[in-house]
Amino acid sequence: MSDLYRMPSLGSDMESATLIEWCKQPGERLAKDDVIAVVETQKGAIEIEVFHDAVMGKPLIEVGETVPVGAAMAELEGIGDGIEQAPSPPVEPPAPSGRRRASPAARRLAEARGIGLERLRGSGPEGAIRLEDVQRAVQAQAPKAPLPPDSKGTGLGMAAMRQAIAAAMSRSKREIPHYYLSHDIDLTRATQWLGAHNAELPPDRRILMAALFIKAVALTLRKFPELNGFDRDGQFEPSKAIHVGSATAIRGGGLVAPAIHDADQLELGPLMDKLRDLVARVRRGGLRASELSDPTVTVSSLGERGVDRLYGVIYPPQVAIVGFGTPELRPRVVEGEITPRTLVTATLAADHRHSDGHRGGLFLAKLAARLQEPETL
Amino acid sequence: MSAEMIQTSYREALREGIRDALKRDARVFLMGEDVGRYGGCYAVSKGLYDEFGPERIRDTPLSECGFTGAGIGAAMGGMRPIVEIMTVNFSLLALDQIVNNAATLRHMSGGQFNIPLVIRMACGAGKQLAAQHSHSLEGWYAHIPGIKVLAPATLEDARGMLWTALEDPDPVVIFEHVMLYNRTGQLAADAGPVPIEGAAVRLEGTDLSLVTYGGCLFKTLEAAGQLAAEDISAEVIDLRCLRPLDDATLMTSVAKTHRAVIISEEWRSGSLAAEVSARIMEQAFWDLDAPVGRLCTAEVPIPYPKHLEDAALPQVSAIVDAAKAVLNR
Repeated sequence: MSDLYRMPSLGSDMESATLIEWCKQPGERLAKDDVIAVVETQKGAIEIEVFHDAVMGKPLIEVGETVPVGAAMAELEGIGDGIEQAPSPPVEPPAPSGRRRASPAARRLAEARGIGLERLRGSGPEGAIRLEDVQRAVQAQAPKAPLPPDSKGTGLGMAAMRQAIAAAMSRSKREIPHYYLSHDIDLTRATQWLGAHNAELPPDRRILMAALFIKAVALTLRKFPELNGFDRDGQFEPSKAIHVGSATAIRGGGLVAPAIHDADQLELGPLMDKLRDLVARVRRGGLRASELSDPTVTVSSLGERGVDRLYGVIYPPQVAIVGFGTPELRPRVVEGEITPRTLVTATLAADHRHSDGHRGGLFLAKLAARLQEPETL
Repeated sequence: MSAEMIQTSYREALREGIRDALKRDARVFLMGEDVGRYGGCYAVSKGLYDEFGPERIRDTPLSECGFTGAGIGAAMGGMRPIVEIMTVNFSLLALDQIVNNAATLRHMSGGQFNIPLVIRMACGAGKQLAAQHSHSLEGWYAHIPGIKVLAPATLEDARGMLWTALEDPDPVVIFEHVMLYNRTGQLAADAGPVPIEGAAVRLEGTDLSLVTYGGCLFKTLEAAGQLAAEDISAEVIDLRCLRPLDDATLMTSVAKTHRAVIISEEWRSGSLAAEVSARIMEQAFWDLDAPVGRLCTAEVPIPYPKHLEDAALPQVSAIVDAAKAVLNR
């Protein structure tokens, strides 16, 4: 059986991407999850993967071509029965005739908002796009001006990155009723344990507190499914897997939050390796599609930047973001005595449509308890 | 304006309008077939003969061309005649006078003569009067430059359009739908002249514009009520003046609702509904979210049997269906 490989959606704010290179040639065998191509998006150069075992067929677009999400990129051959099928493309492919049927009002709004008609699903007669189809797309993303052209090559388009962040964050603040909780967590034990653990290790094997945070959050989330998953048109879709997006700043501005997959099942060492690898690839490019599109929750840690606490903005369609300020020595009353302790202020910003402050509070308390037993992480 | 309201009918409102005009201006007189002693075919002028006498309420011979022409001559001579033609079908006998004379003389005389004439006529179907007494040819008249064409549907317009029309220096044709004469309702006791230009938004809505006039207005309002029960917010526009058309009100509405259906009792081909549809396409194309819909009378001579007459005309259920069609529901 043959099928078409289509431009995947690498996030709700992605509309299109530019092909930079094919990583497979026609006739080459593809295993599920193989990287088939590298595309340039607002988030930089991303490796995109295939969803099933197949044989690479005829490419349908050329390097340098920009195509919308859902557009056919290449033919795939020899997809056997029983092999996992690709998730259905998020949008209807363009009509074969080329021109999409769309009402004048729909065309005008799409034009004004820079929304490509070819990526919309038409609810009108014979699939015609009606005004409300475009309005839905407008609601699903912040209004955008056409993106300024990126500088040549595979570097990040900073203006485009800024717009992508603006779109996602505007949508978040417009649609998600955030609630915020904050809790001071004693890291004295964790710091001591980490110091002892790292003492014998070379610098590139040492574990950072950030890894402990991610692991502790991931483990705690197992008991708080309402904070781990996605909002789909107002309905909560919990995720069994816990993929923690780690907010990572990009040199020169902007940030991405690629996923550490199944963070709750990773040992600290491998988790730290993944974190290092992600940070490196954020800096030089080469993030994979799935890493960008499927975090189920985000952790943002301002690390050594010296702020007490940070209140995150949820990355749609996720429903929660956990923030960590800078751990530091602060006076704390322990057993009636004021003593210097290493404290960090952890915050939770969560979607009030899908969870309440009571559960959010329990989550932070549980997270604090987890971090008192670093050896169990 | 007084808050006092009176219960009245469309017929009585028209009669009050005529009585008011007769009282205001000695130059005003009414003439037509059976308007005097008989009180008018639809009893609009009942009682006026006794009140104003045979000089001002004049019965005419059965010659539409003759008495319409007499009306034009009287208007040219300084009078303010109201000519009643029994039904629009009979007005075809006077088309030469209306189209070739009334509509043109001001232009052909270089403005030396104008024709301050008002012609009233009944139109429309629903009374089982068959194919020679039931038609809706107002679109034909609305085609003619040089005349104004009105279609009062409400009591206010029935009461108030006549005097304003008489004050107009040019000929005005007023269409009275036969199914409206018996409609009753509340009218301000001091109701008076109303403007004879501009459409009226009879019901505000957001999902689609239902554009209609005359006899279809109340069917359309009833349909809008049924649509509201299904959570569809219809705006109802009463054209009131069929020539000149009020483009601004139409386009403002379509810009808001993005969808329009025109409901009229004409035949669809070459109709006023076609003209309205074309104007929306010309002026509001980029606002449209669906093709403009039209609901008109079946293209047959209006049948005599009740069930066939009903089937030929736009009815409430068909208006509801047409509205849903443009909403893709």
